[in-house]
Amino acid sequence: MSDVASPGSKPGFSSDVMIQMTGVHKWFGEFHVLKDINLTVHKGERIVICGPSGSGKSTLIRCINRLEEHQKGRIVVDGTELTSDLKHIDTIRREVGIVFQQFNLFPHLTALENLSLALIWVRKMPKAKAEEIAMNYLDRVHIPEQAQKYPGQLSGGQQQRVAIARSLCMNPKIMMFDEPTSALDPEMIKEVLDVMVELAESGMTMIVVTHEMGFATAVANRVIFMDFGEIIEQNDPHNFFENPKSDRTKLFLSQILHH
Amino acid sequence: MAEATQAYEVGRHPELPPPRSEVGVLGWLKHNLFSSPFNVVLTLLVVWFLWTVIPPLFEWMVLNSVWTADTRKECWARMAVPEDGACWAFIKGRIQLFIYGFYPHPLRWRVNLSFVLLVLAIVPVLYDKLPGRKYALWYAAAFPFIAGWLLVGGFGLTPVDTDQFGGILLTLIIGVTGISFSLPIGILLALGRRSTMLVPRVLCVLFIEFIRGVPLITLLFVAATMLNYFLPPGTVFDLLVRVLIMVTLFSAAYIAEVVRGGLQAIPRGQFEAADSLGLTYFQAHLTIVLPQALKISIPGIVNTFIGLYKDTTLVLIIGMLDPLGIGRASLADPVWLGLAREVYIFVALFFFICCFSMSRYSLYLERKLHTGHNY
Ligand SMILES: Nc1ncnc2c1ncn2[C@@H]1O[C@H](COP(=O)(O)OP(=O)(O)O)[C@@H](O)[C@H]1O
Ligand SMILES: [Mg+2]
Repeated sequence: MSDVASPGSKPGFSSDVMIQMTGVHKWFGEFHVLKDINLTVHKGERIVICGPSGSGKSTLIRCINRLEEHQKGRIVVDGTELTSDLKHIDTIRREVGIVFQQFNLFPHLTALENLSLALIWVRKMPKAKAEEIAMNYLDRVHIPEQAQKYPGQLSGGQQQRVAIARSLCMNPKIMMFDEPTSALDPEMIKEVLDVMVELAESGMTMIVVTHEMGFATAVANRVIFMDFGEIIEQNDPHNFFENPKSDRTKLFLSQILHH
Repeated sequence: MAEATQAYEVGRHPELPPPRSEVGVLGWLKHNLFSSPFNVVLTLLVVWFLWTVIPPLFEWMVLNSVWTADTRKECWARMAVPEDGACWAFIKGRIQLFIYGFYPHPLRWRVNLSFVLLVLAIVPVLYDKLPGRKYALWYAAAFPFIAGWLLVGGFGLTPVDTDQFGGILLTLIIGVTGISFSLPIGILLALGRRSTMLVPRVLCVLFIEFIRGVPLITLLFVAATMLNYFLPPGTVFDLLVRVLIMVTLFSAAYIAEVVRGGLQAIPRGQFEAADSLGLTYFQAHLTIVLPQALKISIPGIVNTFIGLYKDTTLVLIIGMLDPLGIGRASLADPVWLGLAREVYIFVALFFFICCFSMSRYSLYLERKLHTGHNY
């Protein structure tokens, strides 16, 4: 399936292509996990990916910043093709931030140190400058008062917001979220989604793997449905939810909307 | 039946103090010593045991002990009941031998200076709250070379042959060198063993398995005898240096396995987070992986260090005189025959103090590094 005329890219969008995946395949051993993925993401677009567990959503976005290696096809991120050239990988990782389901904060460092670490080591900033920037971003996710706490002393929602701030303070052009609220208690989901909505409103290019359909309706330009390693269907949120075309999409939607 | 508790409005229940028997000394005793019939029996048994052991030991070691005498006979003559106390005079008269071995008398200030410098080097390594710690650490890194120069001489100092080293000096040299070099080498071996590159991985596995599969005594014998066959004739390669290398490598192999265990406990997500932030392999390991892996490994690492420290006594087999060797040699002195208890208790006490300190420090470190997170 090709998405040259992807339904979500309204004419108002500039034609800046941030991510271009063409004919991407990936195998885990014998297991064909991504099958002929074609996906174009434009600057400022907000894409929600959903689909049953095991359908390859995580693998797809992890290929974009080389946490997984694709074996066939091309991935170009902001003009840089993802090859085994370490320089290219480095360039792309500077532009792409990722937030994980399990937060993956560094438990031996305070919230502030979690943020300032990469600024100091990767961006080579002096410590004072790095901490100033880190504080700004903690402020932006509304937890400046938790700066000196360790992850183990924070609630799940707070940890995930620290993780978002940690990615943001590297000033990425694209933010990817892999089920950012799935590991959270229900009462904490909103505080994380609020931060993500604010981020979307600021014009960030976002790819979000989530089953939070409220979030998808509110901020996504395009919703993508994946199953068995394929992109089955994509559409703007209204049409995606109101008139899903494929049976698998209908089945999936009926399952997640029923609880 | 009427409830005896006072009724409070729902949502307005005040915070009450816990019952008296749950807190303070009483609470502690109840929870720790008398929590169950079995615990009561154990407590009583231990009290009885301490009661029968400690007073006689205290009498022998302290109350009835003799601190000045020139022979064993004189020592026992000074006791109310002969042989009823420790004859510390024996140890006291030989304390210099126990500390310096046969290091030349006029040069012993160099050993004393090294001891002082050692303490100054250890403090900044162990406590991170010191002002100016960065510079102190540079000094600590330079310490082995300064101490080596002071002890061995040369470059303006009178040279001292290393076979004159002995006693506590020898233990400290081997122990401190082994501990400070085996940790970095062990970490590198552990990382090598987990490497995705085949050649370094195989080399590290072979090295670790070979060293772990051979008793330390064998390695020391190899150091003492066989190594010279492998080296070009005429190479002067000091025996002490050979021993230091063997002890370091031996303990590095164990450290490598302990650290590997720690590395395995670090979830994949930590590496992925580091990668996605753009940290290099080196940066990720230095700032994220090793601090956590080493923290988990502290008990195992300190355990290995304590083992190494006690294993330094094995050098007596290749003719080096550590405190135990000095003690055994002293026992052969005809005028002091029969004071084995004093010697072994003294040597045991020396090792116990050193090892117990390491153990306590490791507990302190674990508590300090705990950040409310457990895998
Ligand atoms: N490292 C891996 N090795 C082997 N199989 C994997 C690995 N990671 C994921 N998989 C498999 O690939 C499939 C897709 O996984 P994933 O992308 O995590 O799915 P999703 O995020 O949609 O739930 C699953 O069947 C999973 O078991
Ligand atoms: Mg997933």
